[in-house]
Amino acid sequence: MSDLPADPSLLLDAESEIPIRVVLAKLGLDGHDRGLKVVARTLRDAGMEVIYLGLRQTTDSIVAACEQEDADAIGLSMHNAGHLTLAPRMVEAVAQAGLDVPVVIGGIVPADDVATLIDFGVAAVIGPGASAQEVVSAVSAAVDRQTAAQ
Amino acid sequence: MVESMSGIPLDPFYGDGLQPGEYPYTRGLHPTGYRSKLWTMRMFAGFGTATDTNARFHALLRAGGTGLSTAFDMPTLMGRDSDHEWAIGEVGRAGVAVDTLADMEDLFAGIELDKVTTSMTINGPAAISMAMYVAVAEKSGVGRADLGGTIQNDILKEYQAQKEYIFPPRPSVRLVTDLIRFTTAEMPRWHPVSISGYHIREAGSTAAQELAFTLANGFAYVEAAVAAGLNVDDFAPRLSFFFNAHSDFFEEIGKYRAARRIWATWMKDRYGATNPKSLMCRFHTQTAGVSLTAQQPENNIARVAVQALSAVLGGTQSLHTDSYDEALALPSEKAARIALRTQQIVAHETGAASVVDPLGGAPFVEWITDEMERQADEIFDHIDQLGNGSMLEGVYAGIEDGYFVGEIADAAYRFEREVNAGRRIIVGVNEFTEGDEDEANLLSIGHETEELQLKRLEKVRGDRDDDAVRGALAALVETAEQPDVNLMPPIIDAVRTYATEGEIVAALETVFGTYVENAVV
Repeated sequence: MSDLPADPSLLLDAESEIPIRVVLAKLGLDGHDRGLKVVARTLRDAGMEVIYLGLRQTTDSIVAACEQEDADAIGLSMHNAGHLTLAPRMVEAVAQAGLDVPVVIGGIVPADDVATLIDFGVAAVIGPGASAQEVVSAVSAAVDRQTAAQ
Repeated sequence: MVESMSGIPLDPFYGDGLQPGEYPYTRGLHPTGYRSKLWTMRMFAGFGTATDTNARFHALLRAGGTGLSTAFDMPTLMGRDSDHEWAIGEVGRAGVAVDTLADMEDLFAGIELDKVTTSMTINGPAAISMAMYVAVAEKSGVGRADLGGTIQNDILKEYQAQKEYIFPPRPSVRLVTDLIRFTTAEMPRWHPVSISGYHIREAGSTAAQELAFTLANGFAYVEAAVAAGLNVDDFAPRLSFFFNAHSDFFEEIGKYRAARRIWATWMKDRYGATNPKSLMCRFHTQTAGVSLTAQQPENNIARVAVQALSAVLGGTQSLHTDSYDEALALPSEKAARIALRTQQIVAHETGAASVVDPLGGAPFVEWITDEMERQADEIFDHIDQLGNGSMLEGVYAGIEDGYFVGEIADAAYRFEREVNAGRRIIVGVNEFTEGDEDEANLLSIGHETEELQLKRLEKVRGDRDDDAVRGALAALVETAEQPDVNLMPPIIDAVRTYATEGEIVAALETVFGTYVENAVV
């Protein structure tokens, strides 16, 4: 684990709240995990609890982790151009399990596909070059919206 | 005679002391450098079906490319057939789908395999792809001994960085050494391993970590091949390397120069090699995909040009330049052409190819070369200790205890934090952000590829002799159970029956098992 101290600028200013719990995973065969690991540490520095599943997960394994860990959000990282196929499957699997958990996608998603993914029910798409603050606020906003909708 | 643009006659190299072509090759492998042979402009290509990629190969050859380089799709890289449940959505997306010999036949249709050299970027199932390539060539009348090229076949860095592993490390290294033994005996023009730092760097390592982890893996393969009964000078001349050309210009040049020096010194002193070719660190370079930005993507053309120049000034033997649109999608044909043109500009307009190691002797360049070596030495010491005096065992131990992935993830996060805090400027991302427009002409791969490939696979399965397939797979399993028998011949026999890659992998998994990473952040 890193010897870097947490980045205080990222800390969410909601001291009394229960921390947001996020499941992070790579769905399918894609092995690019640099971005997901950076996001894991970023969210942790922001005070969230990260359940890092890592590589080669299935929609079933992610749903199961969400149920076991009582997660508030799912973060999926995609760098293999399979997002239009895989992301809707994830959203569907979450709905079928009766979970109210937003799915946030990060990675390489062309601009034209972002709207399509949102239409499919993806809560947010975080593109390459997003700052740590943008990552943290995208996840916390997705969780807030989901909570408000309940 | 070579002259500068203004007509000034130029010597092949300048400076007293160590010369290019002299051990330990810090200044380059050859005394005349690119004057005698320009680097190979090897552009990585692969998408869709084998027929799609074959068309791209022909286009690249027409445009003046001098070598082919194959990108396989994820299911192929992971040893899974296109109709495997894990393959959904990934068939033909990030590379070409090759399930059976029939796909490999389409991939190289109309290309004279004794006239081009081919690079195949595949690791876990490398032995299977190699077998298919040999089978395709022999079917077209080209003997295996006449095939030139490289197969990446570097499994160790998969556990450390790229994560395209199938079997656990030890049986995987057996496959690597079986391929080395096979090509050493039968394919004298083939490079059986491309020991790759590229992916280590892309995963987030520093330049020195890239250098040290890569060379440590190289030493590990040398130890494994020697343990398998080979003489170091019989195979070491065919080992080659693959480095990343990142954006810090002088640090990268120092890295390449240090790589040559370290490899030569270790091969001579520690492994007792005496053939000068065994001491030479030959390498391919690719510009840093991870440095490309989705914002203002045309800026990437400038990044790639500078990175390419560092590789050339560092003495690379071959080079792939990334396309400017790769942070957004797979390269469009136009973007791939600009990337190749960038190399041609460096080669023919800048004069960078006129003089070998033109920066050698510059105080900063020599210092940073030494510093790269010093940092790499510290890492070698650590790995050597992990392995109790064996680099191979040290690398296995570092994989098992998460040393490599931990170091790489730390470096990646440190870099990200620096960018985030504004201590590092990435043009167009955290500074100079005006002027971003959506890139219009991205390559997009439709669903039809997956459907076409599934039909193709179904047809091949339907047309073949199933008894022959079963027999070949049974023979393969039997060989896998005998650690001292080379797996290449039974794999070649199996691909000739049109056994699929996934079937061959599944057969081997019954003996070798399947690797699952311990997920750590």
